[in-house]
Amino acid sequence: MEEYIPLLLTKYNYWVYITLMMIGLWAMIAKNNLVKKIVGMNIFQTAIILFYVSIGAKYGGTIPIIQHGPGHGHGAAQIKALAYINPLPHVLMLTAIVVSVATLGVALALVIKIHRRHRTLEEDEILEQLRES
Amino acid sequence: MSEQYPALIVITPLLAALLVSAAGWLRPRLCFPLALAGLGAAAAAATGLLVQVLATGPVTYRLGGWEPPWGIAYYVDNLNAVVAALVAWVALFNLVASYRAVMTDYPEKIGPYYTLYVLAVTGMLGMVVTGDAFNLYVLLEITSLTGYALIGLGGGRAPLASLNYLFLGTIGASFYLLGVGYLYIVTGSLNMADLAKLLTPLYGSLALLAAFAITLVGLWMKMAFFPLHAWLPNAYGFAPAPTASLLAPLMTKVMVYVMIRIMISVFTVEFVLQEVLVGQLVVWLAVAAMVAGALFALGQRDLKRMLAYIVVAEVGYMVGGAWLGNRLGMTGAVLHLINDAVMTFCVFLAAGCIYQKTRGTSFEDLRGLFKKMPWTMAALAAGAMAIIGVPPTGGFFSKWYLIRGGLEAGHWGFVGALLFSSLINVVLFFRVFEIAFFEPSGGDDSHGGHGGHEEHGGAVALAEAPLSMLLPLMAAALGLIALGLATGPLVQKLILPIIPAGLG
Repeated sequence: MEEYIPLLLTKYNYWVYITLMMIGLWAMIAKNNLVKKIVGMNIFQTAIILFYVSIGAKYGGTIPIIQHGPGHGHGAAQIKALAYINPLPHVLMLTAIVVSVATLGVALALVIKIHRRHRTLEEDEILEQLRES
Repeated sequence: MSEQYPALIVITPLLAALLVSAAGWLRPRLCFPLALAGLGAAAAAATGLLVQVLATGPVTYRLGGWEPPWGIAYYVDNLNAVVAALVAWVALFNLVASYRAVMTDYPEKIGPYYTLYVLAVTGMLGMVVTGDAFNLYVLLEITSLTGYALIGLGGGRAPLASLNYLFLGTIGASFYLLGVGYLYIVTGSLNMADLAKLLTPLYGSLALLAAFAITLVGLWMKMAFFPLHAWLPNAYGFAPAPTASLLAPLMTKVMVYVMIRIMISVFTVEFVLQEVLVGQLVVWLAVAAMVAGALFALGQRDLKRMLAYIVVAEVGYMVGGAWLGNRLGMTGAVLHLINDAVMTFCVFLAAGCIYQKTRGTSFEDLRGLFKKMPWTMAALAAGAMAIIGVPPTGGFFSKWYLIRGGLEAGHWGFVGALLFSSLINVVLFFRVFEIAFFEPSGGDDSHGGHGGHEEHGGAVALAEAPLSMLLPLMAAALGLIALGLATGPLVQKLILPIIPAGLG
């Protein structure tokens, strides 16, 4: 048991993302209201975004803007990569955020269409209506 | 010009989508010609690229001139050149066929419809040519999002089916993204060729196995592989006809292509098949997909929904073939990918033609159709022959390879399930043809009785689908036979060079 405690503490970013992901998944499966399902889906996607953001971070790292670029005087030629966080996962997540916003938009548009037809957003009531028709 | 083909394949439809969307506001009449021009150019570029790749070998295209591990590279070899050409041409033919259907069903939504249509094809073509794992995710979501919207445009239960597809599709894409994230953690790269190099020394690492498993589950969700297939039948069954005949043939096939690409180009077959048990398990899942798809299809009373369940079974053929672990199985999987795209297109387009005339695709609507729509039904019969696997069509040859692969691997379950699902397909289609051939045309059952209907049939007027739908349908039906006749060169020239040497 004891050897797991440091694992839990040092890699807590992974536990956070897994927990968030499972909360989202649970909401998508167990919630009856379609909008709540969509909220769950968003939590699910955000969990993965957090995962990517956390793998780019470093202890003591700063934002990846090179302070002394090459060609500016004497000590500038050395760029210490260790001093900067990895910007690539963050840039990837900008795209993923756009994707998740677009997914949210399409999902809400579909929900409006469903509401116009069934006058409700509760899944069991919609299924009831479908069974009757 | 010719060195720009990989970029043109994606850029031309993307620009066309922007223009179509603008035309939707200003001149709706221009939407269709613009979409046609965009997809026509993409199809021409894809064909040119295929010819070029066959002549000179794989092409690497550096977008913006950046060297591969840093920039995004498009990498095209025989496998994706042929899939890109297939996607572009099927989408183009379906676009022509969609013209009348969209005019009848969504006259006020022409602009949005064609914008989404062309964007969906852009995403699929991009997914096929890209050599970058993250780029693939973005294009996958472009296709999926436009796909949800295209399905949701339909009436009735379509929006609910589309929302369910959106939920499951988002989970699938998120899993893929997560798997790519794991690969990025262990290698620091996203380029597929670079990944393949960096991963080799890491085989055996648990993180790598996790990455592979998560990516696969995500892709299976997107391709509706059996236990994860729940979204497909409703989404494709309730989708508007032109949407169904675009997405059903192409989306699942592109996802199977991505799976094969990940299996042979990012990882190696040695890695994928190192655990014999895992491979066996996946093939057993494929067996379940074939059997369940066939049995569910038997329970349907609607042509489109029946076809949607057949798609579930067909995905099982391809995934199973790819995981059999021998050259014959992989060859069969790739060959079936090509044939299945054309035959699914053929039968869904025939269902679209029927819907155009009868405004329904339930079995009751099919009565007497052989007399009313002989050409459409002939094409449906050709598609059915291919799905069953009758010799002159391509379906026979790809099943032949799959069965030989199954026999070589000694996987009797796979062989048995393939034959079983083919037999069920015979039952399924002959039931459809029986209704369409022998039962009198619908509506007036007061006329019924057993005596009169043969004579009655002669008086039925021809009510064929419009020519703009029939010609693409005929092209698809003839394409099936052409693919069958061209199996030899197709396998020799196109498929065998890309089968990795590691397969026994």
